Amino acid sequence: MDWLNSILQGVLVGGLYTMFAAGLSLIFGVMRLVNIAHGDLVVMAAYLALVVTQALGMSPLASLLVIAPLMAVIGYGLQRWLLNRTLGDDLLPPLLVTFGLSVIIQNGLLEVFSPDSRKLQAGAIETATIPLTPDLSIGVLPLVQFLVAVAMIGSLQALFYRTAWGRAFRATSDDQSTVQLVGVDNRHVFGLAMGLSLAVVSVAGVFLAVRANFDPSMGPARLIFGFEAVIIGGLGNLWGTLAGGVVLGVAQAIGAKIDPGWQLLAGHLAFLIVLAVRPEGFFPKVQA
Amino acid sequence: MSGAFTVTHGTRVSRIVALASFAALAALACAPLWAQASSLNLLTQIFAYVALATMWNLLAGFSGLVSVGQQAYVGVGGYALFALTIFGGLHPLVALVVAGVIGGLIAIPVAGLLFRLRGAYFAIGSWVVAEVFRLLASQITTLGGGSGTSLPARIVTSMADGRQAREFMIYWTGLALVVVVLGLTILLLRSRWGLALRSIHQNELAARSNGVEVTRIKLLVYVVAGFGTAMAGALIFLQKLRISPDAAFSVNDWTAFVIFMAVIGGIGRIEGPIMGAIIFFVLRQALSDLGSVYLMMLGLVAIVIMLRAPRGVAGWIADRFGFEPVPLERRLTRSKPSNESKPESAHV
Amino acid sequence: MRDLLSISRLDAFYGDFQALFDVSLRVGEGEVVAIVGSNGAGKSTLLKSIAGQIATRRDAITFDSEPIGGERANLLLKRGISLVPEGRRLFPSLSVEENLLIGAEHGRKGPWTLARVYDLFPVLAERRNQRSTSLSGGQQQMVAIGRALMSNPRLLLCDEISLGLAPIIVREIYARLPQITGDGMSLVIVEQDIVQALAASARVYCLQEGRITLEGDSQSVSRETLAAAYFGV
Repeated sequence: MDWLNSILQGVLVGGLYTMFAAGLSLIFGVMRLVNIAHGDLVVMAAYLALVVTQALGMSPLASLLVIAPLMAVIGYGLQRWLLNRTLGDDLLPPLLVTFGLSVIIQNGLLEVFSPDSRKLQAGAIETATIPLTPDLSIGVLPLVQFLVAVAMIGSLQALFYRTAWGRAFRATSDDQSTVQLVGVDNRHVFGLAMGLSLAVVSVAGVFLAVRANFDPSMGPARLIFGFEAVIIGGLGNLWGTLAGGVVLGVAQAIGAKIDPGWQLLAGHLAFLIVLAVRPEGFFPKVQA
Repeated sequence: MSGAFTVTHGTRVSRIVALASFAALAALACAPLWAQASSLNLLTQIFAYVALATMWNLLAGFSGLVSVGQQAYVGVGGYALFALTIFGGLHPLVALVVAGVIGGLIAIPVAGLLFRLRGAYFAIGSWVVAEVFRLLASQITTLGGGSGTSLPARIVTSMADGRQAREFMIYWTGLALVVVVLGLTILLLRSRWGLALRSIHQNELAARSNGVEVTRIKLLVYVVAGFGTAMAGALIFLQKLRISPDAAFSVNDWTAFVIFMAVIGGIGRIEGPIMGAIIFFVLRQALSDLGSVYLMMLGLVAIVIMLRAPRGVAGWIADRFGFEPVPLERRLTRSKPSNESKPESAHV
Repeated sequence: MRDLLSISRLDAFYGDFQALFDVSLRVGEGEVVAIVGSNGAGKSTLLKSIAGQIATRRDAITFDSEPIGGERANLLLKRGISLVPEGRRLFPSLSVEENLLIGAEHGRKGPWTLARVYDLFPVLAERRNQRSTSLSGGQQQMVAIGRALMSNPRLLLCDEISLGLAPIIVREIYARLPQITGDGMSLVIVEQDIVQALAASARVYCLQEGRITLEGDSQSVSRETLAAAYFGV
């Protein structure tokens, strides 16, 4: 029962990793951009949530009403005024510019908020649990987090395959020169994709902040978790990303159960094993 | 129009630069005669960073393998040095070379995994590998686990007689490391593999279809980088005398700073990382009191250079003054210039 | 006839390579103009310049009395210039219908709708939910034309629509052109197939090595003059 409990917790944590991964996957899908600052942006959103909840007295989840649009605007601006200039055949500029951004954000947070760890208080929901059997119960907060992740993937899936925005995203991903011939401004689409990515990031940031302590140095590890979930699940497949997040969460939970020092190692090993055995991930994008 | 052709790399400028380099090398080799211990210490740090940045440049600038996980090899080199001297009883200088070989050997299976990831995902994958190494290192209880360990005094004293002799030895080792790493890189890039690398960089698909063994050449480069980076790591921790997983596998110290040096100096040029390392250390001496603000400034500078002058300081100098200190292109020169034209040269 | 498009003294470059030299031409409102020339003569470059895919001098290209040279392709589409690109360039991740719908998204209002495109090419209605990559070459070409029409252009540019297609399919597609231009849309056809191009157009320009070597009436131009302009003999 102990093991079952650990695995269940791992599945639920997988929801958080899915949230880290979804934004990363989204921008890679639309513009082949890998944003090294992704994890630091998650942490930045967590700090924004801290500021908003304290200043406006909102609950952490409600603060998303402010943070998500704010992050979306930041994302759009970042893409239009900075990252669009780096896109092209050469791999280095986008990687190194986002790497520079990562350093700037991390140290900026350090400067403003100090290296002390913080936490966002969500009230009674944090400790509430639902008993499943006498020995097994699940926390309400992890469950909410997981359900939000599922809903997020479902909405992104619908957005991509059922709306005009999604058509523009997919067409731009296919051929960013030809989309201009049908009136789509690829630079604007890239901006929208980054805006959407950072809106997703803000949700991840709030859950990160509510779940446990956070500090300015946590970003890179969140990038790595998200990245691992994307690769395990298979590039370009949103539901696969959810599966990847869950696999990662469960691997870490099993590792931690064996030895607390092995939690992260077990997650990385799961990723490396998938890379060795099935480098295209469990659910690669189906190409017609 | 007949006449034999000779293939050369050199130009008049490059020969002058080569002479000047030898003079500088001689002066640096004599530095223990004129410099203070603290300057030697600083110079050794610069040497280690020049080696790291040159290796990173070989990967990212010349071979399209953008890694943000080279701290993996710095850590492996450092830990190998500690293990080989403490458990193996090797002399630190022998251990340093063996540490390099270990780094090169480890690079082979790592490449087997990472080469499955394309482009930018290779970068993050390399970071994951470094994290794995860091976590594994903190499991080595005989080397202090997560909190690390110091190099025992007996090993330190066994290195050379007296503190000063030890400092000189580490200094000269650092200088030798730079010479080896730069020499290896220049030789590699001027070899037929270097030619193939450039063709891969320009167009991987075309290079493949022309029979260039892309993967094997990239593997060679990755292994060489693992070798050089691990030796630099061994030197760094031989100088520090203390190692811990967080210090040995630090992404900031061994990758972020190294990338800044390469970007500021000029990616894809031999002299770039050298210039970058010097600029970096000058900035550090002047601004490091600013702490995190200094790091933010570095990030900003790197972004601005990447957008405005992606070829860095060295590239700017080359464009502005036509100054090519270390030409890598082969020049085809007609050996017997015919009287109606000057020797023509073509870049190949 | 009022000029919808006029080009004066256009030069175009790919990097250092000059692909067009001093090209001038005009297309009237509702007119069908053919541009012929051998491979590499600069025909596609000319269309790309008009559609905004290649940077040009601002006043080199005038559309509806306004200088538009060098404007971005997505803005030109809103003005009413639509290009059917060489090689069709459909979006492989989009279904047939989505490829058509994305054409309408940012275009102008007008007579062309999904229903009318399906009316023009009934086979597309049957395949509306298939991936565009699963269609035959001719059907893909129909989607590409349909996609361009969905934006209700005033000027439709067709780049080598016969390329790689069986003659019977080419004839079938060309047979629909009158239905397309029926509402007064102007049309520029770029072709290597001279016979087809002459039959479908009112006027013809011949390009050779980036220069206009002939302008004439499609129906009265003699084979000899055209051959001379085409091959430069």
